[in-house]
Amino acid sequence: MTSETIREEPAAYLAGSAARAPSFARVAAAGLAWLGAGALTYLLPEQGDWPYTAAYAALLAAIGLALILAGILGRVLPRLDERLRVSSPRLVAVAVLLTVWQLVTAKYEILPMPFFPPPQAILEVFLDDWPKLGESIWHSGWLLAGGYVIGAVAGFLTGVSIGWSRAAAYWVHPVLRFVGPLPATAWLPIAFFVFPSSWSASTFLVALATGFPVAILTWSGVASVNSAYYDIARTLGARPRFLILRVAVPAAMPHVFVGLFMGMGASFAVLVVAEMLGVKAGLGWYLQWAQGWAAYANMYAALIVMALAASGLITLLFRLRDRLLAWQKGLVRW
Amino acid sequence: MVAVAALTEDTAAGAPLAIRGVSHEFDIEGTPLPVLDDIDLDVAPGEFVALLGPSGCGKSTLLRLVAGLEPPRAGRILFDGAPVLGPHPSRVVVFQDPTLYPWRTVEGNVSVGLEARGLLRSQRHRVGDALRLVGLDGFARVYPHQLSGGMAQRAALARALVNDPQLLILDEPLGKLDSLTRLTMQSELVSLWQRKGFTALLVTHDVEEALLLASRVVVLSDRPARIKAEVANDLPYPRHRGDPRLAELRHEVLSLLGLDATW
Repeated sequence: MTSETIREEPAAYLAGSAARAPSFARVAAAGLAWLGAGALTYLLPEQGDWPYTAAYAALLAAIGLALILAGILGRVLPRLDERLRVSSPRLVAVAVLLTVWQLVTAKYEILPMPFFPPPQAILEVFLDDWPKLGESIWHSGWLLAGGYVIGAVAGFLTGVSIGWSRAAAYWVHPVLRFVGPLPATAWLPIAFFVFPSSWSASTFLVALATGFPVAILTWSGVASVNSAYYDIARTLGARPRFLILRVAVPAAMPHVFVGLFMGMGASFAVLVVAEMLGVKAGLGWYLQWAQGWAAYANMYAALIVMALAASGLITLLFRLRDRLLAWQKGLVRW
Repeated sequence: MVAVAALTEDTAAGAPLAIRGVSHEFDIEGTPLPVLDDIDLDVAPGEFVALLGPSGCGKSTLLRLVAGLEPPRAGRILFDGAPVLGPHPSRVVVFQDPTLYPWRTVEGNVSVGLEARGLLRSQRHRVGDALRLVGLDGFARVYPHQLSGGMAQRAALARALVNDPQLLILDEPLGKLDSLTRLTMQSELVSLWQRKGFTALLVTHDVEEALLLASRVVVLSDRPARIKAEVANDLPYPRHRGDPRLAELRHEVLSLLGLDATW
């Protein structure tokens, strides 16, 4: 931990605690920016009637105080200090943006009102409508997880078999070429009457959207394995099972992960569309429902939740890749 | 090089190799391209034979056939009295490129042969022995991209030797190394061969290397390769580069290759 700090910031480390003073100043500036945002929100008169303005202002102020406290703690925790030092300019920018948002909506109503609610209206959604929102997250999560896992596994197995066996490639390749380019959403109307429930139909669509990129990329990964890898393994006594599982698959893993990332993006798109059109639950459905009631704050709240969930899942996938493909460090730009 | 006494105990003695009337050709877009023409060669158990020939003459193809990676179009290859029908861990190849598996550590690469044959659990100690044999015992947990060219080739040698091959097939194994590493590795190859007693078949472009390592140098013609001449080299090991007898042999071999004008 300390050694990392040494490598990243030799000068700051050598100068000792004296060098941490400017980093505390940066963190304190960020804390003050949040406190200021809270004060402006609380003190300036409003055009409309927003019940959660005080709560929102208190939240901003609490974040500001927490930052200042963290800055003080950072003087003894170098790792925390480093993180705060790096992110404090961004934190200032966020405070400024939130203040601008506050001013052009609740305070001066420069943006047309029902369409652009102030931040406290979104906070209100999170505080008052969380049961429905939480249930939507839960539904979307299950649907996505089921479809994604089924699609990724099926795509991976298909990719490996067509990459390995000429016979499998002969039969499956034309199907992939013909059906693959079709966007999964085009299957939507058919899926909803072929499958017994909208949930199974959506799972199928998510799996389809995930499976194609994973299959294509796995296939190209297996097909592009250096043939000398097989020669070596064969002279060392490897049988086909070993060649597939211990040579072809690990060599293709970097490609497989590209497919998994692409599949994840595609699966988000299909999930939201499927929920908007057929499933009676989930974040897509919540968006649709909020639009029907002209509840724009609810829409923004759902969008924020979706963004957080999607980037969280992508981060998770990156972590998995970093674990499984750690051997690539030093071979490629990481 | 670290000498390991324990390893000399499980030395697998070399086995004889017989190449009988082997011819081979490639199909280049429908037209056959002959690469080997009626090769006859006998290699005695524990002998070190070097194949020398002009670039692209088919030497490496002959090695692939001996390894069993491809069947010859005509003729037979017998190893230890039995026809070669496919690859087998008793005949291991070391290529010009180390071709280590980048996702496996050095240790993982060396264990491939044992793992593929289901012997890793019971004979894991051989991995460490092989690493010690090539002087890589401190690098077991390192990934291939962290190794220098010479170290990577040593790891490839360890990966071959851990299987105790009766025949070690060396396809220009030192071809891509820098000249200093190359000189060191030449001596290391000789001492490995002497210690383990395997039969060795080496393809090389380097006349000095062939004469320094091999007890017999087989000179091949241009493509399609035929055996042009054989030069026996009975100088005792370890040989010295400055030996005047070696210089004479070198002249002889170069003239067989049609390069004596450069002498």
